[in-house]
Amino acid sequence: MFTTRAELKRAYDVVIIGGGGHGLAAAYYLARDHGITNVAVLEKGYIGGGNTARNTTIIRSNYLTPEGVQFYDESVRLWTDLSQDFDLNVFFSTRGHYTLAHTDASVRTMRWRAEVNKHYSVDSEVVDAAAIREAIPQMDMSCGGHAPVLGALYHAPGAIARHDAVAWGYGRGADKRGVEIHQNTEVLGIETEDTGSGPRVVGVRTSRGRIETRKVLCAVAGSTPRLLDMVGLSSPIYIHPLQAMVTEPLKPWLDPIIVSGSLHVYVSQSARGELVMGASLDPYELHATRSTFDFTEHLAARMLDLFPMLSDVKVNRQWAGMADMTPDFAPIMGKTPVGGFYLDAGWGTWGFKATPVCGKTMSHTVARDEAHPLIDGFRFDRFERYALTGEKGAASVGH
Amino acid sequence: MKIMTCPVNGPRPVSEFAYGGELREMPDPAAATDVEWAHYVFNRNGVSGLKVEWWCHTPSGVWFIAERDTKTDVVERTYLLGARS
Repeated sequence: MFTTRAELKRAYDVVIIGGGGHGLAAAYYLARDHGITNVAVLEKGYIGGGNTARNTTIIRSNYLTPEGVQFYDESVRLWTDLSQDFDLNVFFSTRGHYTLAHTDASVRTMRWRAEVNKHYSVDSEVVDAAAIREAIPQMDMSCGGHAPVLGALYHAPGAIARHDAVAWGYGRGADKRGVEIHQNTEVLGIETEDTGSGPRVVGVRTSRGRIETRKVLCAVAGSTPRLLDMVGLSSPIYIHPLQAMVTEPLKPWLDPIIVSGSLHVYVSQSARGELVMGASLDPYELHATRSTFDFTEHLAARMLDLFPMLSDVKVNRQWAGMADMTPDFAPIMGKTPVGGFYLDAGWGTWGFKATPVCGKTMSHTVARDEAHPLIDGFRFDRFERYALTGEKGAASVGH
Repeated sequence: MKIMTCPVNGPRPVSEFAYGGELREMPDPAAATDVEWAHYVFNRNGVSGLKVEWWCHTPSGVWFIAERDTKTDVVERTYLLGARS
């Protein structure tokens, strides 16, 4: 599927650190839309093996801030023709997305989100309990009697996709256009020089030798703090594990995606019939992808509140990813105080859905050395300007 | 990590504890510039390694310090603030 190359070249126009969906998408659009093909993607493991493979593949644009809604809406638009674009089936499947409200306070937030969404022509509406009962007859609307469902935010464009195929599609498309993808290649250091007006990138040291480059795009999710440390930058990013699990495959019965912020659960049924389930972040900082029994126990209990008929269904697999969280639940994207060092990070628990639009906007930013207008609200310096982009109200579950 | 040792109550299941973030020094609010204050409020040392952290034993409300490796999740020692032996 990819060209294997024995050696790294001495120099590249752009080096992308991180061969996940985001890094490969940026490489793809750099080559396809900007004609920049002297590019190396460096991946310390294998492509798409990080958070691209560890999320629950939910795609939606029903966010809370104008910046977020416009950005994710563009991503949903790109998702719809990705399979044609790649000539590879990414199993993109529009399902409809219900965010359940169990309290008056969450109904109010749903209404707020629906109004912001409609203002930007995003299809969202608040629906009542009767409409939910009709759409999802298998669900216990009282949730075991302790968290009755009052209504929901319904978002018709909500979708899922096959995560591996996204990385492969972008990777193959980039590879075909001349981008070099180097797996098992770890970045050990980033070299900068002082230009008088601040530092700028001149090279990258890797486990397979040194590379000269004037532009580095860092798209490494859970490894972001370590990479920022290499160029002397600090950021608000902190790492917590995010766990998920799937059941054994079942005949198709659950069409929409169901999210309950109060019960800390989100679930959809994949093309293979497995129920893909997730919950909130692990409660403390940890740079590891271990799984815990606590998580399985809590998530299974909440799933049974919603769907008691699943009590005999078995859990097949569980896993974790390292989520790079930000205090305002919005990403950190664009230029940084280090010249030629571009950041696509702070993707926490919300990064998979943004893969296409991140590739689009970051390739633009790298090619022109100028942030794309869609990512202006996600700037690195927004914290020191006290201008946060508060997106926590649109996070799938209360973290 | 499944068991943590509270300096007052001894070894307890980790589900009894709440994480309070890294122990950090607050700059003088009257003297700090806006940028220094933003650095204190928002920025974190996100690199993995041995960290000095606040933890709370929630049933008894005891706040204490844990030295924990954030890569391996091994707690090296716990003690009350200022009582490191």
